[in-house]
Amino acid sequence: MSPEKAQAYWKENISTIIKLLVVWFVVSFGCGIIFIEQLNSIEIAGVKLGFWFAQQGSIYAFVILIFVYVKVMTGIDEKYGVNE
Amino acid sequence: MELQSLIYLFVGVSFAIYIGIALWAKAGSTKDFYVAGGGVHPVANGMATAADWMSAASFISLAGIISFMGSAGGAYLMGWTGGYVLLAMLLAPYLRKFGKFTVPDFVGDRYYSSGARLVAVIAVIFVSFTYVAGQMRGVGIVFSRFLQVDVNTGVIIGMAIVFFYSVLGGMKGITYTQVAQYVVMIFAYMIPAIFLSLQVTDTFIPQLGLFATTTFEFHDGVRVIPEGTYLLHALDQSLADLGFTEYTNTGNLWNVFMLTTALMLGTAGLPHVIVRFFTVPTVKDARISAGWALVFIAIMYTTISSVAAFSRVNLIKNVQNVEYKAFVNGELTHADGTPNNGAWFKTWENGGLLAWTDRNGDGKIQYAPDAAFVGGKPAFDGTNVGIHGERVTTNAKPAANSGKIENELYVDRDIMVLANPEIANLPNWVIAFIAAGGLAAALSTAAGLLLVIASSISHDLMGQVIFKDPETGKSKLNEKSELMWARLSAVVAILIAGYLGINPPGFVAQVVAFAFGLAAAAFFPTIILGVFDKRMNKEGAIAGILTGLIFTFGYIVYFVFLGGDKADYFLGIAPTGIGTIGTILHLIVAFVVSRMTPPPPQEIQELVELIRIPSGAGAAHDH
Repeated sequence: MSPEKAQAYWKENISTIIKLLVVWFVVSFGCGIIFIEQLNSIEIAGVKLGFWFAQQGSIYAFVILIFVYVKVMTGIDEKYGVNE
Repeated sequence: MELQSLIYLFVGVSFAIYIGIALWAKAGSTKDFYVAGGGVHPVANGMATAADWMSAASFISLAGIISFMGSAGGAYLMGWTGGYVLLAMLLAPYLRKFGKFTVPDFVGDRYYSSGARLVAVIAVIFVSFTYVAGQMRGVGIVFSRFLQVDVNTGVIIGMAIVFFYSVLGGMKGITYTQVAQYVVMIFAYMIPAIFLSLQVTDTFIPQLGLFATTTFEFHDGVRVIPEGTYLLHALDQSLADLGFTEYTNTGNLWNVFMLTTALMLGTAGLPHVIVRFFTVPTVKDARISAGWALVFIAIMYTTISSVAAFSRVNLIKNVQNVEYKAFVNGELTHADGTPNNGAWFKTWENGGLLAWTDRNGDGKIQYAPDAAFVGGKPAFDGTNVGIHGERVTTNAKPAANSGKIENELYVDRDIMVLANPEIANLPNWVIAFIAAGGLAAALSTAAGLLLVIASSISHDLMGQVIFKDPETGKSKLNEKSELMWARLSAVVAILIAGYLGINPPGFVAQVVAFAFGLAAAAFFPTIILGVFDKRMNKEGAIAGILTGLIFTFGYIVYFVFLGGDKADYFLGIAPTGIGTIGTILHLIVAFVVSRMTPPPPQEIQELVELIRIPSGAGAAHDH
């Protein structure tokens, strides 16, 4: 693989990771800690939304994030011919 | 069948399965021993990772901790799951591509330094022993509570079992045993959780039970909360009535933030978790495997949040204002006529995990926030019983708490999970299953940690430092003798772990602070920088690791063991969350030092280029 291509691959990898980690931060630290009080003013069936993010919601989001990452990276790997 | 025979049956059968797997998956080479031959299916590896990850503490204590912490307990739930996102994106794929056997391997090769490798070996061993001692203790506790044997005998039985499959099978034996252990553990956790959810909210899926309404008239001792109230409303209301902080109160968010961060970074940096991703065939498998690991962990962790809330409701519902004597003799009923049999209360009181003292002399149990027993824990005098049949304690009488409800109850947080099936009147086989599940949780984690210790000693210390050939730079040990050293190291590690389990030193209780804080401050940044910063060199890495280690270790020791005053906490951060600051310091120091010293050699920069591209990982290769 040429150095330019390797660099382009790495760039796409980094930008994918950054986007997903922003979501990761928002669902856990954002919704579950920093803005928990504000979200707690919204209630669904007796459960305060911020509380739910801190105790369950963030975990579901983490699972989804990893599988999205796998899917996106598989696509990028194929595009650059570095898949196995 | 009798409860005791059922427990022997369940525990016996599960142990027979583990030993059977160990015989089947015997390690034939160092590669088998260190990384299970590098051919584990990603879903199986995910399951093994989940079992490795979820310790005796997760299984036995976590729901109880959250039950008493409420909303702020989310730090543990988010922290111990969110780290897998970091692991999947920032570490696992590249370390798999790097394709060696251990974390010190990566540190030593990437930073072209035996010194860095040695520091990493020492840190791995300290972190892993801190962690494993707690697991061995957990094995002993489960044995003593469920099988009526002495804690120390329990530890020795646990050592024998782990010895069998980790020494014989290495990573290969451990991986497939952990798959079986995950299955045992998850059923043992889910079955009582589902029963509990049905009982409290009439909802089959515990995760959804949080959104449901109560199935009973809730007498909290101050008021009656009508049937059909939303569960968390009922819980918040009852806690407020009794003078507790409400369950959904957010707590000290700054410390929640710091603890969550430290746990996430620590999770991603813990060697026994990282090493699991060396066992799958390709880089893509390493990514997928992290996803599956989190799926299997999430099944239990999302259940924990519900179990925590249900059991707090159940505790208040069952014990508040009930007459002690009639309660433990099984003579009481709830308002709706269902029995409220307190036999479980007596069982755990006899075990010393519950205690009651009748402060106001009304013969009834009152539960409130203040301390019922001066000094925190009850000190039983061992022989005498009070006028109601309760065990007498020698604690001084607490000062009157006039105008408020005086607390008369001591509850150890561990019973929130262990006593649940008895509180809910579940059949005996469920209780037997819990015993097997608790042991599976402790044994699987212990085995994973012991393997990491053994391979750090045999592979890194023996192979790469002590028996290193100075001319070729390779290990003088041949395959066969290194495998022998690996087995021998595993034996020694088990003996030390067992000793620490029987005579737990003070630092074992600080496993969260030490293991996660140090993994976060020492390993996480150094691996990330090794992959993402090509310019990072030996000098920067060593300076960074030492800064992170010494700062975090020193802070914990000062505030936990040397009597440091809470008022002096740096930015108000508790020792459990200080790993976050350790990580930041590590990153800053490593960056600055590396930019002031020469760049790493050309071949190292090429190695980094290679790690970044997934193809060509093949199997983990030997030196």
